[in-house]
Amino acid sequence: MSQHSRVMTLYKTLLHLGKEYPGGYPYFRNKLKNAFMKNSSLKDPKEIDSAIARGEFVIKELEALYMLRKYRALKKRYYED
Amino acid sequence: MSLRILVGCKRVIDYAVKIRVKPDKSGVITEGVKHSMNPFDEIAIEEAVRMKEKKIAKEIVAFSCGPTQCQETLRTALAMGADRGIHVEVSGPEYETLQPLHISKMLAKLAKDEQIDLIIVGKQAIDDDCNQTAQMTAALLDWPQATSASKIEAKDGSLQVVREIDGGLETIKVKLPSVVSADLRLNEPRYATLPNIMKAKKKPIKKLAPKDLGVDVSPRIQVVTVEEPPVRQAGAKVENVDAVVEKLKALGHA
Repeated sequence: MSQHSRVMTLYKTLLHLGKEYPGGYPYFRNKLKNAFMKNSSLKDPKEIDSAIARGEFVIKELEALYMLRKYRALKKRYYED
Repeated sequence: MSLRILVGCKRVIDYAVKIRVKPDKSGVITEGVKHSMNPFDEIAIEEAVRMKEKKIAKEIVAFSCGPTQCQETLRTALAMGADRGIHVEVSGPEYETLQPLHISKMLAKLAKDEQIDLIIVGKQAIDDDCNQTAQMTAALLDWPQATSASKIEAKDGSLQVVREIDGGLETIKVKLPSVVSADLRLNEPRYATLPNIMKAKKKPIKKLAPKDLGVDVSPRIQVVTVEEPPVRQAGAKVENVDAVVEKLKALGHA
């Protein structure tokens, strides 16, 4: 997979994840675009690789956020402590 | 063991959405509201996928009943790892009055037609909170049931299930085929990321009508009214214990 298509896939995946963001999809989309735009001038493949790795880390963080949020909400609603 | 698992996935209003009751008190506003898969059903799918990864199961069939948008719910199930989907199309006023008994009948018929060894569903849906489908399906099929499962272990033709009950945890053994309903602590469902959703587009979804399964979807229960819970009354602060007693007496609680 070329580096360009890896970046595109990363962007689309993050965009899709942003639909469930608690702060709202427009807010997330703005932040995402700005973050990618800031790095748009990178040329060195190693730097681009590390930026992609950072993006994939954000994906994991978001998945963990969503999972925790859902678990806590359901636990609060359905289980008395 | 190579089980064929049927998982029920209900399309419900997303758990994070603030629910609004319709002005005519006939139900809840669903138009233009974000929907997603019932969280307990996500846990059910995740358990089935984990069993497939452990080579205990060979095929996972995801099932959903409702309007066309249920296909999105099935796509999420397929993206999480189900092999194929079955969508029973019910829409409009018929869908408004759909109840667990109808779903149980559909699941029972599908279990026989598709030679299912294990049915896993969420223990209840977050919109109606019925907690009935698993039990009724097991009764219709005359299969054993293990509800509110928080741990499932498969051992030679039977399942050892730990159930969450009021007093704590109960471990039971059920012979296969059986019906299991998933509780919150059974597992943590994986997120269906975009690449997986794209791959899932190739997986088939079979479309059926209730009459193809011989199920009559006319309602047995009528919803009389739906109302919001009463607004919480403001509390009152008092200076000391005597003042509390005074206030209680004044309100009529001697």
